[in-house]
Amino acid sequence: MTITDLVGIVVLFIAGFLLLAFTVWRRRTPATLRRIDAYERLNREVGLAVENGTRLHISLGRGNLFTARGGSALAGLAMLRRIAERTSVSDRPPIVSSGDASLTILSQDTSQSGYRAAGAEEQFRVTAGRLTGLSPFAYAAGMLPIARDDNVSAHVLIGDLGAESALIVEAADRQNASLIAASDNLAAQAVFYAAAQNPLIGEELFAAGAYTGAGSSHEASLNVQDVLRWAVVIVILVGAGLTILGFGF
Amino acid sequence: MRVIAAAFAIAISFIVLLGFFLPIPLLMGLRAVLTDWAVVIGAIAVLVGIFNLVAVQMEKIRMRQKGSSYGAILVLSLLGTFGYGIVFGVEDSFMQFVVDAVIVPVEAALMAILAITLVYASIRLLRFRKELTTVLFLLVAVLFLIGIMPKPFDNSMIDQLIIEFAGVFSRGGARGLLLGIALGTLLTGLRVLFGVDRPYGSN
Repeated sequence: MTITDLVGIVVLFIAGFLLLAFTVWRRRTPATLRRIDAYERLNREVGLAVENGTRLHISLGRGNLFTARGGSALAGLAMLRRIAERTSVSDRPPIVSSGDASLTILSQDTSQSGYRAAGAEEQFRVTAGRLTGLSPFAYAAGMLPIARDDNVSAHVLIGDLGAESALIVEAADRQNASLIAASDNLAAQAVFYAAAQNPLIGEELFAAGAYTGAGSSHEASLNVQDVLRWAVVIVILVGAGLTILGFGF
Repeated sequence: MRVIAAAFAIAISFIVLLGFFLPIPLLMGLRAVLTDWAVVIGAIAVLVGIFNLVAVQMEKIRMRQKGSSYGAILVLSLLGTFGYGIVFGVEDSFMQFVVDAVIVPVEAALMAILAITLVYASIRLLRFRKELTTVLFLLVAVLFLIGIMPKPFDNSMIDQLIIEFAGVFSRGGARGLLLGIALGTLLTGLRVLFGVDRPYGSN
C-alpha cells in the first residue's frame, strides 16, 4: 500500500465519519442555508411550471458512472428525485435528458421513485427520461427539439456537460425559458457564466439536494465539505510554508 | 425487494472500494470481476438507451408531434446503419463513409455554430450581469485571445507575459473550483455508498 492509498483511506474514513455525525446533528437542528439565487429561482420555477401547465427540462449531462464524472450526475439525480416528487401532480411531467445510457436508465428509475413517493406512479411515463445522444454534439443537438417543441418554461442543466451546452443555453434564451445551470467541467462553467442567467459556480452544483429539500444528509454533506475545505486550505498553507523554509516535497 | 437491492448495492460498493485500496488478493480479484460485470451491464445499457431513443421518436411519430418527420429519418437511419454494421462490421468502407460524410461534417457545423454562439453570449454578458467579476471575466478572456492569436509581427515576449500573468490567476481559480468539485464528488459518493441516496430507485 502506497502513502497515497493510505492518505486516501484516512480521508475517506474521516469524511464518512463526519458525514454520519453531521447527519445525526442535522436531523435535530436543520441547517440555515445561505441564499443562492439559482436555487431560489429553481424552487420558484418548479411551482410555476405546475401552476402554468408548462414543463421543466432537466438535463443530467454525460457523466459516465464508471468515471469520476459520475459524481455530478449522482448529485443531479438527487435533485431530480425531489423535483419529480413535487411536479408529479402536473399535467406535463418534467423531461429528463442525458447523454449516457446508464444515466438515462437511472433517471427513469429516479423519476419513478419520485412519482411513487407522491402516490402518483400511474402518471409516470418511461419516455420522459430520454437518451438524446451519445457524443457531446449529438447530445446537445438532441436537446434542441425539447427546448423548441415541448413547452418548456425552465431548463435545469446539472451534471457533466461541456462547451457544447452553449447550444442549449442559446435555445433556452430564444424561447424565453429560464435556465439554471451547473457543471463539473471548467469549460462548461465558463460557458454558463457567460451565457446563463443563473449559473452555479464550482461545488454549488453539489448543494442541489440540500436546496431542494432532499434531507438532512444533503445538508450534512455541505457541512463536511466546509470542514474538508478548511483542512485543504490549512494543508496548502502549511505545505507552502514548509517549501519556503526549505523542507520541500 | 427494495431492501435487498439496496443491501446488494452497498455491499458491492464496499467490496470494490476496499479492493481499490487494500492489497488483499481476494478483494482485488472480486473487484476485478465485479468491475467487469459492471462494464458488461453498461454496454447492455447502451442498447437499452438506444431502444429508449427509438421509443421516444416512435411516440412522436405516432402522436404526429411537431418535428416527427425528423424522428422518422432518425429511426430509419439508425436501423439502417445498425443493421448494416452488424452484417458487415464497423470497419466496412460504407460505414467509414457514413462517418466521414455525415457525422463529421454535422459535428463540425455544430462546432462552428458553437463558436458564434459563444462570441454572441460574451457580447451580451454585460447586459444582464453588470458586476466587477463580469468585467474581469471578459478582460481575461480578451487578454488570452490577444495572447494566443496569430499576428503579422513578432510579439512573442508580450504574448508570453500576458499568458503567464493571466494564467497565474486563472490556473489558481481553476484549481480552487476543481478542489471544491472533488470534495463534492467525494461526499456524493459516500452518500450513495452508505445507502442514503439510492439512484437505483429504491427510495
